[in-house]
Amino acid sequence: METSASRPKRGSNQVLEWILNNAIIFVLLVLIIIIIALEPSFISVINLRNILAQASTRLIFALGVGGIIIAKGTDLSLGRQVGLAAVISASLMQATDYAYRMYPNLPELPIFVPVLAVMLITIFISAINGFVVAKLKVDPFVATLGMQVIVYGLTSIYFDRPPYGAQPIGGLAKNFASFAQGYIKIGAIANLPLLILYATIITVVIWALWNKTRFGKNMYAVGGNIEAATVSGVNVFKSLMLTYMLAGLLYGLGGALEAARVGSATNNTGNGYELDAIAACIVGGLSFNGGIGTVPGIIFGTLIFQVIAYGLSFIGVNPYLQYIVKGLIIIIAVAIDSRKYHKK
Amino acid sequence: MTEEFKPQSTSAPGTPVQAALDPAEKPATFEALPSEEIVIPVLDGEKPPANAPETQYILEMRNISKSFPGVQALDQVNLNIRPGTVHALLGENGAGKSTLMKVLFGIYKKDGGEILLNGKPVEFASAKEALDNGVSMVHQELNQVRTTRIVDNLWLGRFPTKGPFVDEDKMYRDTKVAFEGLGIPLDPRAKVSSLSVSESQMVEIAKAVSHDAKIIVMDEPTSSLTEKEVDHLFQIINHLREQGTSVIYISHKMEEIKKIADDVTILRDGRYVATHKANEVSIDAIIGMMVGRPLENRFPPKTNHPGGPILEVENFTSADQRSFKDVSFNLRKGEILGVAGLVGSQRTELMESIFGARRIEGGKLTKNGSVIVNKDPQTAIENGFALVTEERRATGIFALSTILFNSIIANIADYQNRFGFLNDHKMGKDTAWSIENLDIKTPSQKTLVQSLSGGNQQKVILGRWLLTQPQILLLDEPTRGIDVGAKFEIYQLMLNLANEEKAVIMVSSEMPELLGITDRIMVMSNGRVAGIVNTAETTQEEILTLAAKYL
Repeated sequence: METSASRPKRGSNQVLEWILNNAIIFVLLVLIIIIIALEPSFISVINLRNILAQASTRLIFALGVGGIIIAKGTDLSLGRQVGLAAVISASLMQATDYAYRMYPNLPELPIFVPVLAVMLITIFISAINGFVVAKLKVDPFVATLGMQVIVYGLTSIYFDRPPYGAQPIGGLAKNFASFAQGYIKIGAIANLPLLILYATIITVVIWALWNKTRFGKNMYAVGGNIEAATVSGVNVFKSLMLTYMLAGLLYGLGGALEAARVGSATNNTGNGYELDAIAACIVGGLSFNGGIGTVPGIIFGTLIFQVIAYGLSFIGVNPYLQYIVKGLIIIIAVAIDSRKYHKK
Repeated sequence: MTEEFKPQSTSAPGTPVQAALDPAEKPATFEALPSEEIVIPVLDGEKPPANAPETQYILEMRNISKSFPGVQALDQVNLNIRPGTVHALLGENGAGKSTLMKVLFGIYKKDGGEILLNGKPVEFASAKEALDNGVSMVHQELNQVRTTRIVDNLWLGRFPTKGPFVDEDKMYRDTKVAFEGLGIPLDPRAKVSSLSVSESQMVEIAKAVSHDAKIIVMDEPTSSLTEKEVDHLFQIINHLREQGTSVIYISHKMEEIKKIADDVTILRDGRYVATHKANEVSIDAIIGMMVGRPLENRFPPKTNHPGGPILEVENFTSADQRSFKDVSFNLRKGEILGVAGLVGSQRTELMESIFGARRIEGGKLTKNGSVIVNKDPQTAIENGFALVTEERRATGIFALSTILFNSIIANIADYQNRFGFLNDHKMGKDTAWSIENLDIKTPSQKTLVQSLSGGNQQKVILGRWLLTQPQILLLDEPTRGIDVGAKFEIYQLMLNLANEEKAVIMVSSEMPELLGITDRIMVMSNGRVAGIVNTAETTQEEILTLAAKYL
């Protein structure tokens, strides 16, 4: 149909297309190469381990909101839910010999109690998000913006009260701290932080849920075309509820890990985490148009931000400048994304 | 396109639908259908005998009524479907076809009447419940999850599982079997976003079949298919019919009805008019029943007289390699120029490029003797061009805005005073002009455009462009999906514009209107101009031959 003369030209166009569509990867590779060139010691097992460990909780959050984005929603209450989970789990897990305990008479609890408790709380909060979105048909942006503010209020009320007032909740029990800070010895050379292990297990479970179960396939279908899902008999309400509740579960778990990792929590813990998580999803190829996105993509998006942040700090770039770099990456990623879907 | 033109002397079920084009055959216009159109019906042996009343109809909708505030949408409507037949449901837009189907699928709750499926009363609460009972719908705007694969769409809502996981192998195998049964040559693992409209539709039909559908409703299934794809669709429909599946076929294309339907039921203004064997009634008779008066002509008499040249298009070549190249033609004042071609012949791309909405690699536009450059749509509007786009819903209307907003939006600069504020009075006056001159049926200027019928929406868009005082109108499929009456009004409007020395280019896939309303027809084939013919001297065969010239 086409003349042979037009072919080579089209071929070169396609290469250009491919480069443009993957431009973000090239930009990031260049950044990493610059970092390594300036500070070759950047490449080390310790740095790699630190990056992975720091990325672990962020990946858990990104996987939570990622499901919601695939279902054509978004979740601005992520960070505040993480904060609530962190504050509550920390308050329940202060060492019994610590002077400023929120509950002075609380006996030492097994770890699963606070973790389970905060997971139930965030599942409940996210279920409300799901209900407001799926049943009351409120735009997810608006619904979760409202929830963000509400949860901050709840966290602050819980946090800032007598006798100690707005003090960071610290002095965490040893077993709770090692829940996140511990590691497994692998041979003589390396220690595998537990955080990386948790994130790996969660990633595998989420991947299976999204790709191998009815729940996951329905989630993609609802995000891709809610009408089609409805007429095909998918229970859209249930599907959305489950998607939001799964996210809530991850926020709760991640919030407890976050408190244990940092060693304390305040009502500002988790502030702005939703933006990092959403940015990681978008850079990882999820579309706000719904129905598109993969677990490997989200891993990629999360790691990229972590590598860049860690690397820029490593070579001593002004932290404020790092914000600018991060913002540019988000905009470039989305610009490329819309280029793919709105071609003329 | 071929077959729409072929006078049908028979429409026996099971007849292969391949185009048996006789080159000697003259194009038939609908004012003069041959008398052998009406033949004695011969019932097929496979149909149930009349003396078996309890099995005579697979679906009976009796005296269905439905009203909305202020409107009686359905008034005692009947629809009886025989097993293994194609039943055309006809009527102008607003006649109640969609409402009736929505009642069947439980989207609307009926006020009165009853629905019998296999003789048993049913009342579906949802499309899913209808599906479970073997009643399925292939939507006009295909309801698919385009971001996932074919198998995911086919089994959506009922994924087979093995333990906690979805059974991918079973999905694949079952899809393969369904496709082979229908002669669909697609890979079940292909992404739906990579499929053409026709292929997507086949997937929808396969989905219905995989649900063991006994009745499949097809709403305007051919509205964006090529001739070849229509043939393939008809083969599939014939196949379904042979297997005993009934098809309720909604279409505005009369020629298709004659070719594929066994029975026709006609609705008008929410009332039941009649049911006939398709081969017992002529197209004119059907149209007569649809509009309630004998419609002698589907086209208004041609009154325009093309004058001197207004636009010269030279060597237009798209920046997109896959699109059109080296397109040259001219347009005269008072002329209606048709643009024919198969789907994929790049007609829409050409229109949008002339209008400055797409980039071109080269080419020259000369208007009234001076060279102009439409670098973007805004410049094109200033240069006296108007473009009514093909996809009314996607690129034409602002569905959630008022008629007033939709009417003035292309001409907004005209309503600004020197402080940049808009003049409400002037906007209202122009909208009123549009409503009156185009005979837009609406309660007020503040009505939301989404609540109008397709034909009235199209008139709103035409009105919008007329307010920009264009000299050259580019109309891309201006009558797609609108009813016979509204089509006539749009043809009349085009002629009126031509009589006012304006020039009209009409892209159309409907051969009757190209032959009925244009002065010349430019035929495009695979992005190139295959020829420009005088409408009065051409035949459908010539146009089709040209359309296939560069394939």
